[in-house]
Parts: sequence; C-alpha cells; structure tokens
Amino acid sequence: MKVAGRKCCLSLLLAVLAILLAAVPLVAQQAPAPAATSPASASSDSTKAITDKLAQLDKDVKAAQSAGDNAWMLVSAALVLMMTGPGLALFYGGLVRQKNTLAIMMQSFALMALITVLWALVGYSLCFGGNGPVIGGFEHAFLRGVGAEPNPDYAGTIPQATFMVYQLMFAIITPALITGATAERMKFSGTILFMILWFLFVYAPLAHMVWGKGGFLNASLGGKFPCLDFAGGTVVHISSGVSALVCALYMGKRVGYPKQPMPPHSLVLSFIGACLLWVGWFGFNAGSALAASSLATSAFVATHFATAAAALGWSGAEWLKNGRASALGAISGAVAGLVAITPASGFVGPMPALVIGLVAGVVCYLMVTKVKAMFGYDDALDAFGVHGAGGTIGALLTGVFAQQIINPIFGAGKPTGGLDGHWGQVGNQLVGVLMAWGLAIVGTLVILKIVDVVIGIRVPEEHEVEGLDVTQHGEEAYNLET
Amino acid sequence: MMKIEAIIQPSRFESVKDALREIGIEGMTVTEVRGHGRQKGHTEVYRGREYTVDLLPKIKLEMVLPDALVSRAVDTIQKTAKTGKIGDGKIFLSRVEEAIRIRNEERGENAL
Repeated sequence: MKVAGRKCCLSLLLAVLAILLAAVPLVAQQAPAPAATSPASASSDSTKAITDKLAQLDKDVKAAQSAGDNAWMLVSAALVLMMTGPGLALFYGGLVRQKNTLAIMMQSFALMALITVLWALVGYSLCFGGNGPVIGGFEHAFLRGVGAEPNPDYAGTIPQATFMVYQLMFAIITPALITGATAERMKFSGTILFMILWFLFVYAPLAHMVWGKGGFLNASLGGKFPCLDFAGGTVVHISSGVSALVCALYMGKRVGYPKQPMPPHSLVLSFIGACLLWVGWFGFNAGSALAASSLATSAFVATHFATAAAALGWSGAEWLKNGRASALGAISGAVAGLVAITPASGFVGPMPALVIGLVAGVVCYLMVTKVKAMFGYDDALDAFGVHGAGGTIGALLTGVFAQQIINPIFGAGKPTGGLDGHWGQVGNQLVGVLMAWGLAIVGTLVILKIVDVVIGIRVPEEHEVEGLDVTQHGEEAYNLET
Repeated sequence: MMKIEAIIQPSRFESVKDALREIGIEGMTVTEVRGHGRQKGHTEVYRGREYTVDLLPKIKLEMVLPDALVSRAVDTIQKTAKTGKIGDGKIFLSRVEEAIRIRNEERGENAL
C-alpha cells in the first residue's frame, strides 16, 4: 500500500475534517436562541409556535381523513367492478341456456375492457369535465390534470384519480345491464359498436346532467331541476333498463319464444352472481358518499335493509301466487331492491329503506310475471322489469322519503323531500325520470338503427338455434365428457 | 344369447346391481336416460313462466347373457326394481346374433 495508499488515507482524513468543520455552524444554528431578547417578542414567539403547531395538526387531521376516505373509495371502486365481473356475468350467465353462457359473460367482460379505454381517452372528461348543462368538455381528455390533487367540485378529500376510477366502474356496469334484454340473439360485433355509441351519446350526457358540474339535473352543484340520485337510479338503472326494453322491441323475440321452454341452465351460477351483486352494491351505494363518513354508513345500512325487504316482498308475492317461494324469485327480489334503493340510499333513513325495498320487490315481481306476459316483449333476462321499473320506482320514492336529517343536500336547514314537507321534490324527480326515459328511448333507437345498417344487430336464425358460444366465439362453455 | 334391456327407477339401481352380482351376473352397460310411460311429470316455474317437465330421469341397464341365465336375471331385476308405483319401468328381451370379445377374439357364449 506504499506511497499511493498513504496519499489516499491523507485525503480521506482531510475530507472528513472539512465536513466536520462545515457542520459546526449548522449545529450552532439549531441550538436554542439565547435569552437576550425583550419580553414582548418572547410571547409572540410562543404564540407563533402554538399557531404553527395548530396549523400542522390541522394538516395532519386532514391527511388522516383523506387516507381514510381514499382507502374506502379504492375498495368501493373494486367492489363495483366486482359487480360486473363476476357478479353480473354469473347472474346473467346462469339465466341463459347452456349454449349461450359464454356469449353473455363475454359481453360483460368485453365492456370491462372497452369502457375503461374509452373512459381514459375521453369518457371521464365528457362526464365530469366542463360545466355545461348537458355534457362535459375535453379538458380532461387523456386524463390530463387528473392525478393526486383532489377535485373540490366532486370529492375534496381524495385524489381526483380515485374519483375518476370509481366513476369508471359505474360506466362499465351500466351498458352491461342492457345485455340482459338482448341475450341469446345479439351479434358480438354489433354489441361492441352499440356499446361504444351508447356510452358516448346516452350514458355520458345523462351522467353529466345528474352528476357533472353545471348539469341541469344536478342536485348538489346547482342544477335547474335538482334530481336526487345518490348512486345512479336514473343514470344507471333507468337508462339501461329502458334502453333494454327498446332493444328487445327492436330486435324481436328469440326463436321459439314464448312456446319453447327456455329455463335457466344454472341457477347456482345466478345465485352466486346475485350474492356478489348484493355485497358489491355496498361499494356502489355507500361509496357514492365519496368519503368514509357517517353518510357512507347511512347509505350502507339503507342499501342492506331495502335489499332484504325486497327479497321478502318478491318471495312473499310468489308464495301467495304460486304456493311456493323459488330461489330465482328470492334473488331477483333482492336485485330489484338494490336497484330501487340506489338513487335513495344516501337520502333516506333505514325505515323508509325497508318500505322502498318492499314496494320494489312486489312491483318488479308483477312487472316480470304479469306485465311482460301481457305485452309479450322478449326482455330475455328482465333488464327492463328489474332495472327500468325498479329504477323508476326508486327515483320517485326518493322524492317522497328523502330527509335533510339524513343528508342536507340543499343546504343546512333546507327541506329535502316529502317527509320534510318538500313534496315538490317528487316533481323534480319526475323531471329526471322523464329525461332519462326520453334520452334512453331516442338515443337507443337511433343507435340501434345505425349499428344495424353498419354491422347488423341480430345473428342469423341458424346461429341462434345452434348457440352463440359456438357461432360467435368458437367455444363451448362446458366440455364435460371425459 | 339374449339381450336384456331394463329401464328402471334411478333409486332402485344400486339394489338391482347388488342383487345381480349375488346371482353371478357382473357385466352390464348402464346409461342415464330420460323418458316416461304413463307416469306424469311435474311443473317448474321460472319468473312466472311455467314449464311442464314430462321427461323423467331413469336408468337403463343393458346386458347380454347366455340363454341359461336369462330367466333368473329377469326375475331378479323385476323383483328388486319394483316399488309398486307407476314409473317402475320395463324390461325388454331380444335375441343376439353374435358376441365377440375384443381382447382375444373369442366368440359366442364364451365371449360373454
């Protein structure tokens, strides 16, 4: 290690000394100030220390609240995605005939992918950008400006990206619900094109009108006809349910309907799907509080109670009519309750929630068994009977049962719905309902015509008879022979 | 050689199989089938739509036996498969022209 080594050690030693010398003034600055100051400046020093401390505590508390809110919202977003896949996929999958199982599941899954991309490119911006009365703007196209900073217009304590991804899950499940009416006869390619157009021209405007800044139905951001829709009774269920009816009428009945028996091929799958929907819906409704707050709790409880009452309502009606309560009836009743409580969940108390559920269970039972048979339309999986009808009932009953003590949405001390004496709210709800019905009917008809001309909507009859799994996707759902 | 084709209630199958084994008959082909004679089906209801299901599940037993064993086999099947109710099933007999064992090409009753 001779000469070179000694030079090395020496330079190292000098370097360490230099660092120590430089550190001395630094250390000296952090020492407490000497007492050679006047009494007045000493007390203002301690006041400043207290104010600084308070400001720091305030920031810490907000950060803690944000952390709680964000954690809940991310979980909620995951729960809502689970509602589509596998919740809805299984629920619908079990209700169709075996030869069409994969086709209906594929439609839900494809939407999980397709709507996500559309949302990222332009969908979020169209729904929640801008401040127009009918549609948003393009300022958040490609999710520009959507990151860790909260957007105080919508959810001031969570990153805007959380709000964005949460809302995406709603945009995914809404078109997926429509596939229930077109089941067992719609072309996959036609479905894709239809869903792209429907998402852009029906869902986005409606979502903006009800939930977007400046939207003329927005209850919390100063809309002209404030329509109370906590988690999507109009935006999700009426829009998809009514569009489903339009599709069913346009496409016509399945080959063999109604004479040929077409019972569900696996109620086990449907049962699992329905239970996943029930659990996932807590993210859908309680998550719409956009915070881990007491309002989220209130919505969670209302959701659960309405679902239970609706299941009992449907089963009870069935037991009276047929002498037996079926498993399909019970799970269908539960879904009807979940749909109806959706717009009301963050506005009504637990007892009204029971009432809303019970009414939805019984009315949707009648829609699906009596009204459908009366008019003869082939809404294959009852998307209209449950979502269209349930959403309409829920939206109107929200106007009746909303109370400021649950959610003072119009401002402190201002009455919310009928139970507060503000019966005019039912009128506002009706405006929202009619808007949703109107947009769904007109938009869907136009889109169906376009898609039919460009690609075609319905599969040829031989393909329908053979089954969509084999003809549309080249697969069989079950290859059970050894 | 005779072929016995017996269509029986699924709930009686295990007892019939055991009873046949006791009289020395082990070889048979079993299929799950659906059908009905005079037995009525049942009604299922899915969301208000009624379906009459009149094809009922049964078990079909097929076996080819030397002439000497046939009447004892038929007796055993009939007595064990019987419940006394409509839907118990039927036994059919037909003559078989030839039987061949695939493993060693034995023919006739030796192949059974």
